This record gives sequence, C-alpha cells and structure tokens, in this order.
Amino acid sequence: MESSKVIHAFYNDDEIVLDAVKAVKAEGHHIEEVFCPFPVHGLDKAMGLAPTRLAITAFMYGITGLSVAIWMTNYMMIQDWPQDIGGKPSFSWFDNMPAFVPIMFELTVFFAAHLMVITFYMRSRIWPFKEAENPDPRTTDDHFLMEIPVHGDVKELTSLLTKTGAVEINVVDKH
Amino acid sequence: MYQFSGKLKMFSFALILIGALGIAYGFLSAPKTVEEAKEIMAHQASHGDAHGASHDDVKSNDHHKGAVKDTHAQEGNEHHNSDEHHADTEDAHGDHHGDEHAEHVFHQMQNRPWSAVYVALFFFLGISLLVLAFYAAQRVAQSGWSIVLFRVMEAITANLVPTSIIMLLVVVAAVMHWNHMFPWMAEGVFTPGHENYDPIVDGKSWWINVPGWAIRSVIYLILWNAYRWLIRKNSIKEDTANDGGKMFKFNYNTSVVFIFIFMITESMMSWDWIMGIDPHWFSTLFGWYVLASLLVSALTVIAFVTIYLRSKGVLPSVNDSHIHDLAKFMFGFSVFWTYLWFAQFMLIWYADIPEETTYFVARFNEYKLPFLAMVVMNFAFPVLLLLNSDFKSIPWFVIIGGLVILAGHYIDIFVMVMPGTVGAQWGFGIPELGGLLFFIGIFIYATFSSFAKANPIPKGNPYLEESEHFHYYNIEHRGESSGHH
Repeated sequence: MESSKVIHAFYNDDEIVLDAVKAVKAEGHHIEEVFCPFPVHGLDKAMGLAPTRLAITAFMYGITGLSVAIWMTNYMMIQDWPQDIGGKPSFSWFDNMPAFVPIMFELTVFFAAHLMVITFYMRSRIWPFKEAENPDPRTTDDHFLMEIPVHGDVKELTSLLTKTGAVEINVVDKH
Repeated sequence: MYQFSGKLKMFSFALILIGALGIAYGFLSAPKTVEEAKEIMAHQASHGDAHGASHDDVKSNDHHKGAVKDTHAQEGNEHHNSDEHHADTEDAHGDHHGDEHAEHVFHQMQNRPWSAVYVALFFFLGISLLVLAFYAAQRVAQSGWSIVLFRVMEAITANLVPTSIIMLLVVVAAVMHWNHMFPWMAEGVFTPGHENYDPIVDGKSWWINVPGWAIRSVIYLILWNAYRWLIRKNSIKEDTANDGGKMFKFNYNTSVVFIFIFMITESMMSWDWIMGIDPHWFSTLFGWYVLASLLVSALTVIAFVTIYLRSKGVLPSVNDSHIHDLAKFMFGFSVFWTYLWFAQFMLIWYADIPEETTYFVARFNEYKLPFLAMVVMNFAFPVLLLLNSDFKSIPWFVIIGGLVILAGHYIDIFVMVMPGTVGAQWGFGIPELGGLLFFIGIFIYATFSSFAKANPIPKGNPYLEESEHFHYYNIEHRGESSGHH
C-alpha cells in the first residue's frame, strides 16, 4: 500500500451515496470500499466492480456432486454387491437408473449449495471469531461510508465529497 | 398499430392449404377394408423394415397371454377383453386369431390420420389455452413486468376460437363413431355378454360414457372461450375506461374466477381427451403433467411471438429484460415438466404394478426413440442452454432453445396419444406433418390478425409504467430503448 491515509466520507441515504460514487468515479478517484447497512442496487455497477463468478463455481460443484452420486450408486449397487433387492434390475447402472435419480438430484444440489456457500465465505473472508472490519459502527445501522485512499491534494477531495452531500468527512490513518 | 402484412397472411394460407392436403392424403391413404390392411401388412413384412419387425413381434406374442397384455392392453379394449378368450380357446381358434389381429391392425391404420390431426389440434388448442391461463395468472398476480406483453398474449389466445371449433368437430366425429380413437366408445363395451364387453371399462362408465364425455367437452370449450371473449373485450375497454380502475378490478376478479375454473377443467380435460385413449390406465398427476407440457410450450410461443413482433418494431417498450423473464419461465417450467414426467414414470416403474406398467411398456417398446428423445429435448437441452443468465436475454438463444422445446413437447403429446390409437403402426409422415402445418397456419393467421386489431400497448393498465421500465439487474442494454433507468 503506497498510501496510509484514507478519507472516510459518511452519507445518510442510499440514493445520495450512489450519486456520490458516480461523481467520485467521474473525477477519476479510486474508491477503496463502500460500507452499507443494506444492499444498494446498482452500487457494484457504479463502482465498476467485476461481476461475480460464484454461479459458475456452483455449476461446477453441481457437476461434481452428480459425478459423485453416479460413481457411488454404480459402485455400491452394481459393482460391489449387485444383490436382487425386490426384483430391481442390478445388471447395469442404466437398468436401475430411475431408482438412483433422487440421490443424484439431491447430491447435485447438496454439493452445489454447500460448496458455493463455503466458497463465498472463503472469498469474502468470513468465519467465526473473525474480527469485524467496519470502520464505524454507524455503517451497520443508518450510515453509508465511502473510503478513498489519499494521493495528494486532500482539500480538493474533501471539497468534492462535501459537494456530493457527505454529512461527515474524516481523514484517518489506516494501518 | 400493427399491420398484418399480406406476405405473412399468404404464408399462413399456404400453410393451411398444404396442411389440409397432407391431412386429406392421410385419410385417403388409410385402408378402407381389412383386406387392404392385410395387403399393407404383407408389404411391411416382406420389406423387413423397422415396422415390419415390430409387427412380427406383436404377431408372435399374440400366442402368449402375458405378452398380449404387455403390448396390447393399452391399444384397444377389444383386445384387452379378448385376452381371456384367447387363453381359453387359442388352440381351437388358431386361424380365427390371424383375422382378429389383421382387424386390430386395420383399426390402428384407420386411426392414424385421425390421430395425426388430433395430436396437432390438442397441441395448439392446449398452447392457446395455457397462454390464456398464464395471462390470467399475470393479472391475478398483479405482475409488474408483463403488462407490455398483454396484447401479445391476448393475440395468441385468439387461436383458441378456431382450434375449439375444430375440437368440437372432432368431438362430434367421435360421438358419431367416425373414428376409433377412444376404444371405450366402441360398440358393446358396456353391454354384458357382448364380445366387446369390457368389465374394467364398464366399471368406469359412470364417468366415461359418450353423452357425459361430449357434454363435458363442450362445457370446457365454452367456459374457456367465454373468458377469452370477455377478457379481450374488457382489456381493450380498459385502455380508454378512465373510471378509476373499475374495469381493471373487474378484469382482476374475472381472472380469479377463470383460474379456479381453469384448474378444474384442465384436469378433467386431460382425463377426457388424453387419458381416455387408454381407458385401462390411470395416473393421479396426469392433469398436472399435461398442464406442465402445455404451459412450457405456451411460454415458448409467447417468447417467439414477442421476439418476432419486437423485431418488426411494434413493441417499443419490450426490452431484453422481458425476454429474459420469459426465458426464465421457459427454463423453470421445463424443469417442472421433467419433474412431473419423472415422478409419473418413476413411481410406476418402481412399483411395477402390471395394470399401470403396461402404459410405459407400450411406449418403451414401440416408441423408444421419441420417448427418450423428448427427455433430452425437454430437459437436458433447455437446462444447459438457458442456465446462463446472459444467454436468456439473447433472442437467438431463446429461439434455438424454444424450437427444441416446442418440438419436444409436440413429441410429448404424440407419445401420449399415438400408442393408444395406432400402436405399432405409427410414423411421422405426411399426415402428421400436414396436421402440424395446418394448425401452424391457423395459429399465424389468428394471432397476427388479432394483434393488428388492438393497440399493441395496453394503455389503461395501472402497471404499464412499471412494465415499461422493467429491468433485470444484470442485463447490460444492447443499444435499445430503455434508458429510463
């Protein structure tokens, strides 16, 4: 990190923060982070964040789950011990396939859902006993906070933020 | 206002004409006598093609009671009730047996042109009906996205009128015994002692009897058409009503009532018109299954007509987000169809009770390719194609996916109807194609001439503004007019 100082600009309305983000971006400033108490629609687009690839991982996890289910049913029911259970055809996997579909479906969903959630936790760095990172507790209640690294003229940036409707502007050292 | 172009009109007339010729060919080429049928059978056998082969199987199976049950129980009550007769007297009546088989095949061949028309008719009638039901559901749900598509849906439901009239003719034809699609309508089925007497079907005669069936059929058609007529009239009135939403509320209430009536009549319609073809078989979720098949086709048709009209520039407020929503519905109801298809199949396959299993044995033996292909076309293909959120808003992908979905659900109806009416004598040739083209022609004419008759934008709807600005969050605008966001 080349800069150790950041500006914290507080807003008290989601529409205002959305416009402020657009204005700050238009001036060519980099926005480090925006802290919101709830999802603001269109904020990611205004900040220019790349779209998430979580859905793609979920699809691959689903395929993994399906493969596990197919392998498991084939190994257990057909290869390892092909018993005659109530006259169900255990000669090949396809002969008895309809009976395996509920398992295949559930394992696909199970893998897709759980591994995607775990991926989300890891990518977002969320876990139990993790120290909270919000710079101001008000951002979880009714305030929005835009964090901008300082690269030079603090005054110019401050006046820009004031113009966008910030209710409070602090320059803080970031460790 | 939209102008129904002369070119499209000529195209629809051409389709109707070609289709009618194909249908006529089907009726003319069907055998008139058992002797003619025998000749065709001999011809098939000497060629040794797929049909000849399956036909030989049937013949040799005829001498085993169990096998007869498997392959024939669903094909006609004449055969089912002759099972016992066969078992008892098969040695003494060996020669007589061949004649009976020829007569059976003769009936199946005679059924083919009727069934070819019936499959296409039911498909298009059902699609129009389900578009109507979806439209009613949109009104009842007070949805905000679909208002700009209301006139498209209303236009498609115009097809309900001609298809209902043709359905009425088919009902009359069945009652007059001009066709043998419904085996329980044959003579003597309900008469103890008659050689056609079928005690199982007789036990159901409180429901499946000709007057009851005909009256119910007429009632369904009247109820559906009545709602369509009323809602179309009042929806146009809504445009200029300016009565503080009174007409809008009236339309809402009418739609609530219609959905209630629709759910009941749709279920009964599928028992009467489709399940009645196999009167020995029954399935509890059949009404839902037919509903799912028709609903996903209906949504695909809405998407197709919308994409076409938008490309003609008559739907300025329809953006990619609307297409995306339609594609989501196509995707979701494809999965829903598969769920019901599999739930029905797996339950019967798992328990394997003979009286239920024969239904699928008949389909799996004689209709293996369409039966399996439709699962790929109706499930695997749309799921993989329409899973991606970006693809759902690209009209080309929706059209490719939609074509496969529509073909798949035509096959679905085909596999519901054909095994019970024509059995092993099925094919997809001139009669089937003729039926399909005929109803596509009617569909195009009814839909676009109706769309040309009203304002493409339902101005009086209080949700119109919301619908025009409808925007799904992750769709980038591809240079189209929805800059309000």
